[in-house]
Amino acid sequence: MSVREQPSGRTLGVLAFPVGMLLVFFLIPFGIMVATSFYHRDPGSFYRPAFELANWQRLFQPVFLERALFSIGICLLAGLVCIAIAFPFTYFLTRMRRRPHVILLVVVLSALSLSEVIVAFSWYILLGRASGISNILVWIGIMSESAAYQPSFAAVLLGLCYIAFPYCILTLYPQLTRLDPEITEAAQTLGASPWRTFWTVVVPIARPIIVAGFLLVFVFTLGSYIIAFFLGRPEHWTLSVFIADQASANANVPFAAAMAIFLTVLSLVVVGIVGLIESRTRRVT
Amino acid sequence: MDVRGGLRLEGLVKRFDDVTAVAGVDLELPPGKLISFLGPSGCGKTTMLRMIAGLERPTEGRVFLDEEDITDRPAYTRDIGMVFQSLALFPHLNVAGNIGYGLRIRGTEKDRITSRVRELLDLVSLEGMGDRRIQQLSGGQRQRVATARALALEPRLFLLDEPLSALDANLREQLQVELRLLQQQLGITTIIVTHDQREAMTMSDLVVVMNAGRIEQVGPPLEVYRRPGSPFVAGFIGRTNLLVGEASGDGSVAVAGRPFDVAGGANATGEVSISVRPEAAQLVADGMPERNALPGSVVFVRDLGELFECFVDCGIGEHVIVAGSPRDWVPVEQGAAVAVRFPAEDCVVVST
Repeated sequence: MSVREQPSGRTLGVLAFPVGMLLVFFLIPFGIMVATSFYHRDPGSFYRPAFELANWQRLFQPVFLERALFSIGICLLAGLVCIAIAFPFTYFLTRMRRRPHVILLVVVLSALSLSEVIVAFSWYILLGRASGISNILVWIGIMSESAAYQPSFAAVLLGLCYIAFPYCILTLYPQLTRLDPEITEAAQTLGASPWRTFWTVVVPIARPIIVAGFLLVFVFTLGSYIIAFFLGRPEHWTLSVFIADQASANANVPFAAAMAIFLTVLSLVVVGIVGLIESRTRRVT
Repeated sequence: MDVRGGLRLEGLVKRFDDVTAVAGVDLELPPGKLISFLGPSGCGKTTMLRMIAGLERPTEGRVFLDEEDITDRPAYTRDIGMVFQSLALFPHLNVAGNIGYGLRIRGTEKDRITSRVRELLDLVSLEGMGDRRIQQLSGGQRQRVATARALALEPRLFLLDEPLSALDANLREQLQVELRLLQQQLGITTIIVTHDQREAMTMSDLVVVMNAGRIEQVGPPLEVYRRPGSPFVAGFIGRTNLLVGEASGDGSVAVAGRPFDVAGGANATGEVSISVRPEAAQLVADGMPERNALPGSVVFVRDLGELFECFVDCGIGEHVIVAGSPRDWVPVEQGAAVAVRFPAEDCVVVST
């Protein structure tokens, strides 16, 4: 179908479904959230319709701005770490023989069946003093006494990377399987060692998908609150933890709504900037 | 021009799990020539090429380039240029970037790369197209870029794996000639893998016919065509009429009870196969020659313009094909009773 063709009744019918889904399950709820962010919180009866800017004013306190920046920072870092591990991992996975390839893929993707709560608790235990991994190191004789690695910044980062890792692989996998092996072989016949082939051919070709995977991890971890809550001290909490805290513990839904919108806009801005940088630099080469 | 790039393969074997792709190949190839590996798909020709390039490790055997054992050297140290079947151009680089890739990897300085790339673009008639993106090129242009890229480092050996298979027939023939002229101009030892016998005949100094992981015959194209060493070669290189007969021991062969003289005489006794090319066979409309002929009836006649073909049922299983130039053609009708004469000098015994 050419782009200039007039949409027929049939294409309109086909379009109606996704548009309708988007409307009912995304735009309308988001509209409600926007409206709620201007409502008045009533300690006695949850909240009631109103139009006031109190929630938004509260948002622009240094503490929340600082939390927002911290959230973006740690999630960008999680994206970098995830890509740095997942990209070579997926690349070598796709170059493996069929059998180990499939087994490994199934093992990694089975991590998707774990809920965030279970992941957070597991790492909580593994990194704790009483029954954590340090006890094994003590038992082997590497350490003299067991230690606790959580709560800490590193523990939060680890947890975020862990939950995002399989998604990152799922993003990279389809394109890397389609990368023609003859392309890397061609680089080798032209004198490039496997290491240089990886950096001069594989990474540049896969760049758009690397950026996509990075952004996916960023957006995905930005929405996670259980990991940071369990594995971090309050100074390691992301904005999502505060949103959850306000919505459930403090029953301040209007303020939670304002923070959620703020977070959404911020993440869109970051995604936009990264996308812009990507397309700019691609045009140069 | 220094002559280098002599290749020797010794007892080369490649097994993949339980499949044997190459089943023991000994071969010595002269430097400066164009050699084709010709065979049906799955005959091991591409695997051989990949072992020479270093992209596949031989299970057994050694590879020597200019008397140096390169079997254990990784591909990127072998100094061998290769054009892949998919061409494998780098989609993230433009034409100049592709051609200059090998030079850049070697750390050649920028000015040198620029001038060398320009030189290579001229060589493959792509002047001024260095800035084009790969996606903007036609199939033939991509082929030329792949060739230029492989030749950029002046390799000792130039390998091509079915490089023209994706192109349409006319363009393919044109590029065959171009590649052959380029190879003669550079004097570089070149191996081309193909399943197209016309391509092999057009381009090569030497044809290596392969089947089922083994070499069937090595020789100049015309010799392989005219004197096939086995029924497989006779059937694979062009079409042929295979006549099965009984050698009596006095040099002649009896086919379907009729006496045949064969080229060089049949020095064996027992069952033999004789290969006669369609263009060597002749139709005889009146009378029946005493020797080297079979009676039959015309099944089908077609005039292809450049070629006239007649299928004759001589009662020996397959139809005998007689081909010739339309100019000196004896007109025959479908169903006519004829005789087919097989001149003795064109009767080649292919198995004894």
